[in-house]
Amino acid sequence: MADRELRAVYAQKLVALAARDPRVCVLEADLAKATGTGPFAAAYPERFFNVGVAEANLVGVASGLSATGRKPFAATFGCFASRRAFDQFFLSANYAGLEVVLVGTDPGVTAAYNGGTHMPLEDLALMRTVPGLAIVEPADPTSLEAAITLALERKGCTYLRLQRKSAPELYQANEHFEFGKAKLLRRGKDVTLVALGALMVAEARKAAETLAAEGIEATLVDAFTLAPLDGKLLLELAGETRRMVSCENHRVTGGLGSALAELLAEAGVPARLARIGVAADLFGEVGTQDWLAEHFGLTAPHIAAAARDLVK
Amino acid sequence: MTAKVPETPASAAEISALAARAKSVRRACLQSIATLGIGHVGGSMSVVEILVALYFRHLRLDPADSKAADRDWFVLSKGHAGPALYATLAEKGYLPKELLSTLNKGGTSLPSHADRKLTPGVDMSTGSLGQGFSAATGIALGLRLDGPRSDGSTKRCWVIIGDGESDEGQVWEAASFAAHYGLDNLIAFTDANKFQIDGSTEAVMNLRDLCAKWEAFGWKALRVDGHDFAALDRAILAAKTEKGRPVMIILDTIKAKGVPALEGRAESHNAPFTAVEMAAVDAASGEALHG
Repeated sequence: MADRELRAVYAQKLVALAARDPRVCVLEADLAKATGTGPFAAAYPERFFNVGVAEANLVGVASGLSATGRKPFAATFGCFASRRAFDQFFLSANYAGLEVVLVGTDPGVTAAYNGGTHMPLEDLALMRTVPGLAIVEPADPTSLEAAITLALERKGCTYLRLQRKSAPELYQANEHFEFGKAKLLRRGKDVTLVALGALMVAEARKAAETLAAEGIEATLVDAFTLAPLDGKLLLELAGETRRMVSCENHRVTGGLGSALAELLAEAGVPARLARIGVAADLFGEVGTQDWLAEHFGLTAPHIAAAARDLVK
Repeated sequence: MTAKVPETPASAAEISALAARAKSVRRACLQSIATLGIGHVGGSMSVVEILVALYFRHLRLDPADSKAADRDWFVLSKGHAGPALYATLAEKGYLPKELLSTLNKGGTSLPSHADRKLTPGVDMSTGSLGQGFSAATGIALGLRLDGPRSDGSTKRCWVIIGDGESDEGQVWEAASFAAHYGLDNLIAFTDANKFQIDGSTEAVMNLRDLCAKWEAFGWKALRVDGHDFAALDRAILAAKTEKGRPVMIILDTIKAKGVPALEGRAESHNAPFTAVEMAAVDAASGEALHG
């Protein structure tokens, strides 16, 4: 199946949902061209609002719209969605018990040429501290469509981490998704690779193939949602393989790796954990996505090496 | 269903009735703070008249149904004046008056800062300054999407911000937004009581000419005595006729109005206030101490 551009999927899905759900609104903060929501603006101009370069107000307006019964999808770069508008999202949206879908685009190294200033490597860490918030990072176009529908139906707020570029299809069109349910993509007895998002699931998949060629059998999980985390499945797999590698396009602090460490430690499962992600003491940098992924150690060879070390 | 509101200026008798309500709300609010011994006296007392004008004359409401679909919405963006809002809601019949004595006590439904999940009649959770105002613009937008009531009248969002709150950048982001989208169903008030936590607004962060600022942002701006019911009534009726742009009414107010020991002092923001101070207030206003 051909790759699909994820931002195009985002816009198309919202247009489709808006046709049957009058609550759907789309908000942008002068990044509609980047998010690619032009088709929504054209189809539903009365439900499309550009607030200008004002991310705090983006979330405030979305919260107000939600209070009156709308389902706002508000997007901006992930760095601004998290670092800049965190208090607004925390308080006006989440604490207030409203239903805002905040979309943070260009996660981690996918910010590429926008560089360190624009590279969200801590958005997951921040969002994990918000009570009741669902955090989803889809790994392919089909799971993105499902995530949008689930976020629309959810009672509560959602943080959707959206990689804009193309991604290959991992799932069949009729695949069933739930927040809090991870996807088991491959079964092996030696090590469990837990990946989040399109970039890292793809890299972890390649790593699993490399390992298989060496006789190391890896289980591969697409976490789908970081919150709620599928603790039941992950603990079961940790118990089986006794080795786990977290793979995230994020700093290792506070995100998927941290969540797994907490999960394993509290459950008392004797499993070793290696965390693939940007090192705790590093800020983002500028470069191509490929260069950055290699530079920060996010690629398949790094994942395979970490798995090999655990298996040794 | 909500009750219709008057579209003509208040009579002298109606103004007197509002003043009597304000007296009752002011005392109930202070009494609730005195029960605890400390609270946001200053900024609560400066908004009593505007709250009474709104809740007892200008908001389309149904106290028996705090979520009535055809209601006007109200956001207290300066969320720390929660005690004044609670006293007003109790006076209006949203809450039992006895509840006021639970203010800020563990497990209460009346927290220091207004909370839509806890208190019937509270439309938005506020307290992190600037945020409620921004949400109010979103609410006004949502109400406009709803369209008018069956009787053709406009569903409005009303919001109060503080002058100290106007230091927040988010206020001005939302100001641009409301004007850009022509939200004429948004009527806002600035409680210009001239003080914030660290001193006078002039000394801490000089806001200069607020009316000129709001006009420059594309709003209709008015300035009135925020403790004068007749002036408030005229300004609100004028605001309701404005088309194509939101309205900001700057309220010249006195921080801690009605509490002689604290009036016009920055220290009144979050001040100790006990039965002793309550007695002094009652003595000054010629009331017997009771309750």
